[in-house]
Amino acid sequence: MTAYILRRLLYAIPIALGVSIVCFALVYIAPGDPLQTILPEDASAETIEMVKKAYGFDKPIPVQYAIWLGKVLTGDFGLSIATGRAVTDDLFKALGNTMLLATGAVVVAFSLAFVMGLVAGYHAGGPIDRGVTGIAVIGVSIPNYWLGIVMVIIFAVELNVLPATGMGPRGSDTFNFWEWDHFRHLLMPLVTLSMIPIGIITRTTRAAVAEVLNQDFVETLRAKGLSEFEILLHVVKNAMPQVLAVMGLQFGYLMGGSILVETIFTWPGTGFLLNKAILTRDLPVLQGTILILAMIFVATNLVIDLLQTMVDPRLKRS
Amino acid sequence: MANITMSPADAAAVQGAPSVRVRSYWQNVGYRLRYDYLTLFFGAMVILIILSAIFAPLLAPMDPYQSSLINRLKPIGYKDFLLGTDELGRDILSRMLYGGRISLTMGIVPVLIATIVGGSLGIVAGFVGGRTNMIIMRTVDVFYAFPSILLAVAISGAMGGGIVNGMLSLTLVFIPPLCRVAETATSQVRNLDFVEAARATGARTLSIIRVHILGNVLGPILVYSSSMVSVSILLASGLSFLGLGVTPPEPDWGLMLNTLRQAIYINPVVCAIPGVAILITSICFNLVSDGLRSAMDVRL
Repeated sequence: MTAYILRRLLYAIPIALGVSIVCFALVYIAPGDPLQTILPEDASAETIEMVKKAYGFDKPIPVQYAIWLGKVLTGDFGLSIATGRAVTDDLFKALGNTMLLATGAVVVAFSLAFVMGLVAGYHAGGPIDRGVTGIAVIGVSIPNYWLGIVMVIIFAVELNVLPATGMGPRGSDTFNFWEWDHFRHLLMPLVTLSMIPIGIITRTTRAAVAEVLNQDFVETLRAKGLSEFEILLHVVKNAMPQVLAVMGLQFGYLMGGSILVETIFTWPGTGFLLNKAILTRDLPVLQGTILILAMIFVATNLVIDLLQTMVDPRLKRS
Repeated sequence: MANITMSPADAAAVQGAPSVRVRSYWQNVGYRLRYDYLTLFFGAMVILIILSAIFAPLLAPMDPYQSSLINRLKPIGYKDFLLGTDELGRDILSRMLYGGRISLTMGIVPVLIATIVGGSLGIVAGFVGGRTNMIIMRTVDVFYAFPSILLAVAISGAMGGGIVNGMLSLTLVFIPPLCRVAETATSQVRNLDFVEAARATGARTLSIIRVHILGNVLGPILVYSSSMVSVSILLASGLSFLGLGVTPPEPDWGLMLNTLRQAIYINPVVCAIPGVAILITSICFNLVSDGLRSAMDVRL
C-alpha cells in the first residue's frame, strides 16, 4: 500500500510540472509583447532593453521558466499589472471565498442528489426514476450563469428578498457564516453553483445503486430475511465509495469552474478575480490564479484516488 | 499477400464463423433507435434547431443588427417585436435565430475537430503502445489536469476574445478526454485474438486499424463526443458571456445574456430569454446523446 501511495505521488509530480509549464506558457501565447502593457508607447530602445532585463525577459525561455518556477515555489507570483499589489495577497483571500462557496455547493448537492439518486436507483425503471432522471438531465444541461440571472430576477428584482450581489452588507469583504445578513448573500450563488453537481451526483448514485441492487449478494440478503431497509443500508455502503469519489471530483471542478457564477453575483472569489484579470489583461494575476486552481484540482484528484484505493484495494492501478 | 480490406461481415464469413446474429452491430443500433421515441423526438428537435439557425435569414422577421433608440428594451409582444427588444432596440427573436448560427458553430465545430484529432491520437497511442503511448498520454494528462472551463478561460483569456480563439481553446479542452476514450477502447481491442489473426494473415497495419480497430472503437468515441456537444455549447456561450469568444455586435446567445444583464431592473423577463435557447438546445443534445449511448450499448 505504501509503495502504491509513493508511486501515485511520484506520478503526480510530472503532471504538476506540466501544468506549471502550461501556465507559464500562457504569457507567451498572449498576443503582443508581454511588456507592452507596462511600457509607454514612445519608450526608447534603451528603456525597453532595461525593462526587459529587469523582468528577466532577456534570458532564454527555459531559464526564464526555471526562475519563474523558483519564485512560484516560494509563493511569489509577481505583481498585478492593474493594481501593483502582490498577486499572492489577493489570490489567497479570494481562494478562501471560493472554497466557502464550493464546499457549500458540494454539500448541498450531495445531500439532495444522494437521496434522489438512491430513490431512483431503488425504483429503477419506474415513474420516480424517470422523474429524477429528468431533473438530473436538466441539472447538467442548465447554463448556470443563466440560472443565476433568473434567480436574481426573481428574488432580488421582483420579490426583493435576497441581495443580488456581494458577500455581505455594505460591500463587506469578509464573510460571517453565522450572521443572517451575511449568510443571505451566500444563498443564491450556492444554489446556482450546486446545479451541475446535483445532476452529476444524482446520475452517479442512481447508476451505482441500481448496479449494486443487481448483484447476487442482495439476493442472499433477501433470502436471509433482512428487511428492505437493512438491505438498503448494505446497498448504500457499497455504492458510497463511487459516489464520494464523484463528489470529490465535483469539488475540484467547482473550485476551478466558479468563474461564471462568481461573476454574476460579484462574489469576491478566484473566479471573480480571473474575470477582472481578463478584462484588464492582467496576465500575472491570470497566470497565478489558474496555476493555483489547477494545482488544487490535481491535488483533489490525487487525494480521491488514494482514499478510494484505501477503501477498496481492488482499484489499485499500476 | 491476402487482401484483408473486406467488410467485417465478409471477414466473419471467410473465417467460417457461424452467423448466429442476423443483424450487424450498426443495424442493431438502428433498430433500437427506431423504437426509442424519446430519442427520436429530441433528435428531431436538434435538427429543427439547426435548421432554424441555417435558415435564419429567411425566418428572422427583422434585421438583427438594426438598432433603434426609441424601441429599446421593449417587453414581449411590443408592436412587431415578438420577443421584445434588447438594450439597443434590436429585435430579440431575430437576434436569437441568427445567434444560433454562431452559438451552434462554436459548440459543434470544436467537438468535431477534437473528435478527429483526439480520436486519432488516442488510436495511435493505444495501437502503437510503448514510448509513443507514453508521450501522447502523459501530454494529454497535463491538459486533463485542468477543470474544463478553467482551461478554456485560461487559453482564450490569454489569447484574447474572438470566435476563432474561443473555438481553438474549446478544441484544446475536448482533445484530452476524447484521446483518453479512444486510447482505452483501442488498447482493449488491440490484443484480442481477431487482431492477432489479422496480423498473422499478413494484413497491413493501416488496414488492421481501419477494419478491426476503428470498427470497435468508433462506437465509444461517437457516444462520448456526442455527449460533449452540449458541454461545448454551454462552455462556448459561457465564454461569450465573460466577454471572451464572440464580440459585439455579433448576435450570440451567451453574449446576449451578458449585455442584457445590465437591464434586469428595467425589463427582467426579456433579459432571461436568450438563456432559454441555450437550455433547450443543451437538453436536446444531452438526451440524444443518452439515447445513442443506450442504442450503441456503450459503457464509458
